[in-house]
Amino acid sequence: MIEVRGLTKHYGPVLAVDSLSFDIRPGVVTGFLGANGSGKSTTMRMMVGLDRPDAGMVRIGGRPYGELGWPLRKVGTLLEAKAFHPGRSARAHLMALAAGSGIPASRVEDVLGLVGLDGVARRRAGTFSLGMAQRLGIAAALLGDPEVLLFDEPVNGLDPEGIRWIRTLMRSFAAEGRIVFVSSHLISEMALTADRLIVIGAGRLLADTAVAELSARSVSLEDAFLELTAAGAEHGSAVRADRPGGEPPSSGPPGSGPSGRGLYPPAANGATATRHPSYPTEWTS
Amino acid sequence: MTAIATPRNPAGHYRFSQAARMEWIKLRSLRSTWWTLAVTAAAATGIGIAVGLNTRNASGDLTNNALAGIAPGLLAAGVLGVLAVTSEYTFGMIRATLATIPDRRLLLTAKATVFGALALATGEATAFVAFFAGGASLRHGIPAPSLDQPGVLQAVVLSGTGFALIGLMGLGLGAIIRHTPAAIAVLVGGVYVVAQFIGGVWRTLMAYVPISIVANSMATSRNPMLSPWIGLGLLCLYAAVLLVIGGWLLIRRDA
Repeated sequence: MIEVRGLTKHYGPVLAVDSLSFDIRPGVVTGFLGANGSGKSTTMRMMVGLDRPDAGMVRIGGRPYGELGWPLRKVGTLLEAKAFHPGRSARAHLMALAAGSGIPASRVEDVLGLVGLDGVARRRAGTFSLGMAQRLGIAAALLGDPEVLLFDEPVNGLDPEGIRWIRTLMRSFAAEGRIVFVSSHLISEMALTADRLIVIGAGRLLADTAVAELSARSVSLEDAFLELTAAGAEHGSAVRADRPGGEPPSSGPPGSGPSGRGLYPPAANGATATRHPSYPTEWTS
Repeated sequence: MTAIATPRNPAGHYRFSQAARMEWIKLRSLRSTWWTLAVTAAAATGIGIAVGLNTRNASGDLTNNALAGIAPGLLAAGVLGVLAVTSEYTFGMIRATLATIPDRRLLLTAKATVFGALALATGEATAFVAFFAGGASLRHGIPAPSLDQPGVLQAVVLSGTGFALIGLMGLGLGAIIRHTPAAIAVLVGGVYVVAQFIGGVWRTLMAYVPISIVANSMATSRNPMLSPWIGLGLLCLYAAVLLVIGGWLLIRRDA
């Protein structure tokens, strides 16, 4: 089990993560849902010890990440951005990580085959497409055959087959009794992949619930999520007297909601409605 | 699903040897590492030969002449040291590195050891090749210096050491500054520009500038500005200070 307790992080005056506490259990896919900038990546970076929390802690199987004996053999991590040198081949990249983790070289060939990069393993990783780069990141995460998988926005840049592949992979890992924690700002993807959901907004916990339970609260999971984030945003700023926070827009078809000015925070609206299609060009240019 | 290639929850803990092996694979798998070292060695040897060809009489320090190409090559060693750290930040590799070896002090120790060993091997090889090539290129019946003359072997060996120590200073600077252009600017400024400036204005201080220590104290067989061993000690001190500050910041800062 992963225990997140009172996790808090400031970047200068900005409070990125605000006393976040939740548990992640094995055997199910736990989704980590929130708008862009809601603190998902910061939380995941603190989980693996890259960023130091101002307060609180994360324990993985009872120990902080920094105290794991063989971190890559316990926790496989895919963070949102690329984490390899473009001048190095995919194989050399994985060989280095394997050497640092006491993992045999044969395992490198196994994961290269698993993610379908065995044919291009000698090519410099800088020449990879976004989808291939993402698969190299997934290969690195799977290298240690870890008990815990932490994926930050894993479907970025993947084609539909790739998206289905990673979804199947995560579900099968969970079915084996491992811990799978996957962040996304894509509600539809979470609806297909996750069993449980941790929802955050502005760095704070908005919901810790089963996907089915959250969907049942509104006409769709998307509506339920947007209500949650709207309520969370209002709670953070001044509560408006004329509109009680969290009131469900029970009437109207899904999608009519975002036009209601003020009900949805612009960041969340922009993120879910318009930001995503621009990702590939942003990343490949 | 996936083959279980490694036992779940294996006992034990990563150590220095795993960190060092990881760093060695990282260093050797970049073509830029080998290009930089090869070009540096070739240039240092070429300069030694050029100086040898243009030597008219045997009155100068022929050993120091043959090693004249070491000092310009120090820049490449320093830049390579800088890049060993800053390129990890540029490309996000630092996240994969620290996820594998979360003990940052151990990681920097391994990185400095592996890089320092490669730089030392390159520096020594370059110094010996340049020394013999420079000696062989002497004309006008000038006898080539030989390693059994007083102070000559020491000068050649210490030149190679200087190469490695300037490289480690670059590595420390890289850990402190983290951004490639800024770190290289500070390196060039600190090693070369300040040396020129101090050399013109304040001659006594010149002896303590890193590049001058290598060129005028360590790579000489006679009349060094400082005792060669004091020079070596000073360079070790500079590198150690930069590495300790870099390590302290690496531990403190978010990656």
